[in-house]
Amino acid sequence: MTSAIPAKTTTASPTEPGPKLDAGKGNGNGRGRKPRIQYSDRARAERRLGWILAGPAFVVMLAVTLYPILQAVYDSLFQFRLTAPDERAFIGFENYAVILTDPVWWIALRTTVFITVVTVVVELVLGFALALVMHKALKSIRGPLRTAILVPYGIITVVSAFAWFYAFDINSGYVNNWFSWVPGIDENLNWFAQGGTALFVIMASEIWKTTPFISLLLLAGLAQVPDELTEAAKVDGATWWEQMRKVIIPNMKAAIMVAVLFRALDAFRIFDNVFIMTNGAYGTEVLSLLAYRQSISRLEIGLGSAVSVLLFLCVLLICFVAIKLFKVDLAGSTGGK
Amino acid sequence: MTNNTTRHKVLWAIITVLVMIYALFPVASILATSFKTPSDLTSGKFLPSSGTATTSNYEQILVGDAQGLFLSALRNSVGIALIATFVAVVLATLCAYAIARLDFPGKKVILTTALAVSIFPVISIVTPLFNLWRTIGLYDTWLGLIIPYLSLTLPISIWTLAAFFRQIPWELEQAAQVDGATTWQAFRKAIIPLAAPGVFTTAIIAFFIAWNDFVYGISLTSTEAARPVPAALAFFTGASQFESPTGAISAAAIIVTIPVVLLVLLFQRQIVSGLTSGAVKG
Repeated sequence: MTSAIPAKTTTASPTEPGPKLDAGKGNGNGRGRKPRIQYSDRARAERRLGWILAGPAFVVMLAVTLYPILQAVYDSLFQFRLTAPDERAFIGFENYAVILTDPVWWIALRTTVFITVVTVVVELVLGFALALVMHKALKSIRGPLRTAILVPYGIITVVSAFAWFYAFDINSGYVNNWFSWVPGIDENLNWFAQGGTALFVIMASEIWKTTPFISLLLLAGLAQVPDELTEAAKVDGATWWEQMRKVIIPNMKAAIMVAVLFRALDAFRIFDNVFIMTNGAYGTEVLSLLAYRQSISRLEIGLGSAVSVLLFLCVLLICFVAIKLFKVDLAGSTGGK
Repeated sequence: MTNNTTRHKVLWAIITVLVMIYALFPVASILATSFKTPSDLTSGKFLPSSGTATTSNYEQILVGDAQGLFLSALRNSVGIALIATFVAVVLATLCAYAIARLDFPGKKVILTTALAVSIFPVISIVTPLFNLWRTIGLYDTWLGLIIPYLSLTLPISIWTLAAFFRQIPWELEQAAQVDGATTWQAFRKAIIPLAAPGVFTTAIIAFFIAWNDFVYGISLTSTEAARPVPAALAFFTGASQFESPTGAISAAAIIVTIPVVLLVLLFQRQIVSGLTSGAVKG
């Protein structure tokens, strides 16, 4: 993908294609990226075909995200509860004031950031180790290794949450029994009755499920490090650690950055594991769960929308910081979980 | 590594076993739980106590009193995930073909939008959709989930397919035409066999993502009419109020994991190349 797009923040793009779409329909004067005057008819036809083929996907993507977020911004300015639709009233930024002065928001933010940082760091180390194993493995065991690590990738997050929950649960679990020799663990330890231990299990499930994705991105990065460089370093007598630090890691910086950013954004949206294991009790509430509780459980559409918008702004902020500070070229990579 | 190959082999055997344990242990754990009787659940052991292993949890959700709950959720999950995958892959194939093959302004805008959509916090979309769906009657319907699922499946499909299509030697098509094939024949005989694996791989990845959804599932449904399995699991209750649903949930979890394991076993090579091809520059 050499035609890497200059990294952009998320809001900038959607408004741009309007005039270009018109040009594609044939009213343009052949003004493209490259001057192709001699082929203008053909270029115009190609352009139109391009938008006919790509247009539907583009429109669907905007319709399922841009429209809802704009609606959320609008709704967040109202006091609006579904059970009392008649009392709907415009209140400006009051919802935001309510949220930002409530410790519940700040605790949820702190928990979310904590989970994001810890899981991303652990996954980076673990994922790198897995990537190295897959990279160095003999051909004959590469297949089985890949198959094994794709299982966590493909498994439903809720299933992973239940698997970890039941293993640690005080009633149905066996972890207390197995690890009773560890100080602090005995048969009466209820992992889900206080924040610290509950977060430990939540993060363990999250890490287990998503490390394969990060390791595959890193594996792709490892494959890009030229063999000659590593060989040369080896000939020069560099130790394994020196090869890693001086040759391999600097050469796959882009892959690492992209993997970290994608995982950070994904971890920041954590919801499933927390919902299943504690439902936010004992200080384990995260931002997505807070938004869910306001909108879906309490039917406070105004407040819930405001939380959603704030969460969205947090994600934008992370992107912005990553792109500006670390110069991550997002467009050079694939997305998704 | 010509010297001490035995040590080398042993080391790799150990590493392989460790990776296998890492990857499969939680699955094995819930599999073991799914065969436990209610009284055996509190044994504190990994495996069911000897002689007590039972399939009653599976019977309960497949033919017993939890049947209505689970089977309808399974039907919803399979139907909704397959349709969402199909729609996303069709739209993404057209889009990626245009991006890889044609020269038109706005390509970068489309790819950037796909990227932006893929990092969008799902929960931010849920609140407005919840309200809108209730107004226009899409709440608790298949269509009401298929539409938002496209926000999950479409972006990654576009990126993966665009990466695949860029690697196809499109000159083959012209070569076939020079050799006397019609445009359609050239496309069908030369291009489709090369493009099909990419489309298929993308479909698997998109299916995994739709199959995994939980946020939309619990927020935009309320009954068995459209509730998918992950959401249904969260609302499972025991046969009576004194009986925990642990066994039934474990059995249901294993059943929805089977398609994932089958797809991974059959297509691991393709899935890995699909997941990483978009990530590799060049």
